[in-house]
Amino acid sequence: MFSDYSLAELGSIFIMQGFAGLILFSVFVLMALGLAIIFGQMGVINMAHGEFMILGAYVTYFTSQLFLHYIPSLFGIYFFIAMILAFFASGALGMAVEWLMIRRLYKRPLDTLLATWGLSLILQQVYRSVFGPREVGVELPNWMMGSLPVTEVVEVQINGLFVMGLTIAITIAVALLMYKSAWGKQVRAVVQNRVMAGAVGINTEKIDRYTFGLGCGIAGVAGSAFTMIGSTGPTSGQLYIVDTFLVVVFGGAQSLLGTIASAFTISQAQSTMEFFLSGSMAKVLTLLGVVIILMLRPQGLFVIKVRR
Amino acid sequence: MSSNNDNSSKFSSTRRKLLMGMAALPAAPLLANTGLFSTPAFAQAPATSAVNTTGLAVTDTEVTVGILHSVTGTMAISETGSVQAEKLAIEQINAMGGVLGRKIKFIQEDGASDWPTFAEKAKKLLVNDKVAAIMGCWTSASRKAVLPVVEQYNGMLYYPTFYEGLEQSKNVIYTGQEATQQILAGLDWVNKTKGAKSFYLIGSDYIWPRTSMKIARKHIENKLSGKVVGEDYFPLGHTQFNSVINKFKLTKPDVIYAAVVGGSNVAFYKQLKAAGIDLSKQTLLTISVTEDEIDGIGGENFVNAYSCMKYFQSLDNPNNKDFVAAFKKMWGEKTVIGDVTQAAYLGPWLWKMTVEKAGSFDVDKIAEASPGIEFTKAPEGYVKIHPNHHLWSKTRVGQAQADGQFKVVFETPELIEPDPFPKGYQ
Repeated sequence: MFSDYSLAELGSIFIMQGFAGLILFSVFVLMALGLAIIFGQMGVINMAHGEFMILGAYVTYFTSQLFLHYIPSLFGIYFFIAMILAFFASGALGMAVEWLMIRRLYKRPLDTLLATWGLSLILQQVYRSVFGPREVGVELPNWMMGSLPVTEVVEVQINGLFVMGLTIAITIAVALLMYKSAWGKQVRAVVQNRVMAGAVGINTEKIDRYTFGLGCGIAGVAGSAFTMIGSTGPTSGQLYIVDTFLVVVFGGAQSLLGTIASAFTISQAQSTMEFFLSGSMAKVLTLLGVVIILMLRPQGLFVIKVRR
Repeated sequence: MSSNNDNSSKFSSTRRKLLMGMAALPAAPLLANTGLFSTPAFAQAPATSAVNTTGLAVTDTEVTVGILHSVTGTMAISETGSVQAEKLAIEQINAMGGVLGRKIKFIQEDGASDWPTFAEKAKKLLVNDKVAAIMGCWTSASRKAVLPVVEQYNGMLYYPTFYEGLEQSKNVIYTGQEATQQILAGLDWVNKTKGAKSFYLIGSDYIWPRTSMKIARKHIENKLSGKVVGEDYFPLGHTQFNSVINKFKLTKPDVIYAAVVGGSNVAFYKQLKAAGIDLSKQTLLTISVTEDEIDGIGGENFVNAYSCMKYFQSLDNPNNKDFVAAFKKMWGEKTVIGDVTQAAYLGPWLWKMTVEKAGSFDVDKIAEASPGIEFTKAPEGYVKIHPNHHLWSKTRVGQAQADGQFKVVFETPELIEPDPFPKGYQ
């Protein structure tokens, strides 16, 4: 396959391929973070994760339209405002869902799977009825499109850099929130022992609601960012849900570090194999690898040691 | 194209006047009928017992057809346009007096993007509602699910999508192109005008892209003496194309030949653009992007790509101008019309003309009368039903513009014969 190409060409392609892997890694982390919080910390299997992402994408679409029609001079920065709005929209919907539905199901974790699956179908149909069945095109400001040429062949995608930066920022923010803040301490206390946490005066219901809202809000930001690389339509959320669960489960559900490590492993494996094999084959081999490793380590890559 | 059109539009406008007259005449006496002596005395609206010997839902004033598409689920994105086009055609036919003096009434069922549901609803339409014809299906999977049902209960299906071929049925009229019609002319064009010799084939991983690429590869290697430098398929819904884009950069094909569908489509073109591949320098020819898809992809991400199919909204002919105006009047200024939407619009019209030629609603007679039916007012220009129940049609190449429309840069001089079982391409 490579005999026809010069060394310089091959070198450039490998650099670009490495970069493609890193972009995929950032995308995986970004979409899995919200779920890692909800599934990992609360044990809720949120099948509607993709729909919370798409809500963020729609918010981005409407923000872009708003800027385009009313304040076109500020169009260049609308994306940042859209992400903040997406966070609050998805977060608010998440808290509402938690209050109406999820909190009644904490003792029946498997039922959350069914309930949130139903929720995802309902949300899809709501999007379809409200926004129409067709996909919408989200227009980006000029500076976010295209790529930075480094050498003749090596080009760095601007939206790739953007997603990477965003992922790093959100990961650090979540890590600080979970492991350094008083609120994070309360969340972890509730996760480890709900009854005891309640007994020492933590308002566990409130903690649950905000944790769920935070997870959904991050999903909204991810959805907002993915308007740069993917489609925005009523069922687009379904495109991400399998990969998201794959990353979270493979990483070990309760560990943030595990999620990151698993996103890295899967993205690198997939991106490399996609280059050498065909796209479908790469997916098959990735899934096969994940299945085998999960058979050997059912808890995933990383496990937090808890007294049971 | 022009000579065909001119002759035919004359012919058709006289016929239209005739029809309108026909429709106006019997209306009043029919309404006064008590039902007991319901056989109308007018030759223009023949007796129900004569035109309907198999118990279809045909009365003296009405005939019922079914519309069967997904308006919920993943496929709603694509099938919405088809439903709109079929409703428009039915409304226009009714305004002209209907079919054999009978107004068309439609019953719409939702296939819900689920193939067993399609089969079940088709059965419901045929067995319970006794519809005279079904306009419906979109994906090959839904058609394959419905096919045994329409064959068993002897229904008539008008199927609008361009598809992979390898199928022919007495009970189906295929109003979209089969694969060789769509593919070969486009490849010849890009070979001739762009001097293209090396091709990279990329598609979603299911039957239509795979069959299409198989045909494309044979044509490239055997007829164009070109080379396929890469062939890649991605699962439906795949959203990450950076690796394959790197392969484009490495292999530098003259043409990227794409059949990526659905949500993947949007991701593919957005990432191509982001990776700095300039489609004004890198030729990209696709068989899966219509104006509908560009809505989601965004015109700025797809500008200068070439699309190969039989219809574009921008086609410059009087039929199409009328069609686009009527479509926008009914469904809003902002709607766009893609290839399949136009093909769906043909269904009710072809059915109406076949019924009139056969002088009957009976499915057997319609199946027999279909070959040779000509539709001269088709937005795509002129179409004719082949004995194999596919349509003769032209193939066109359009260059995408920033506003999401295509500029037609090539059109085959002749109608292309449909060949669902192409020899040497299987």
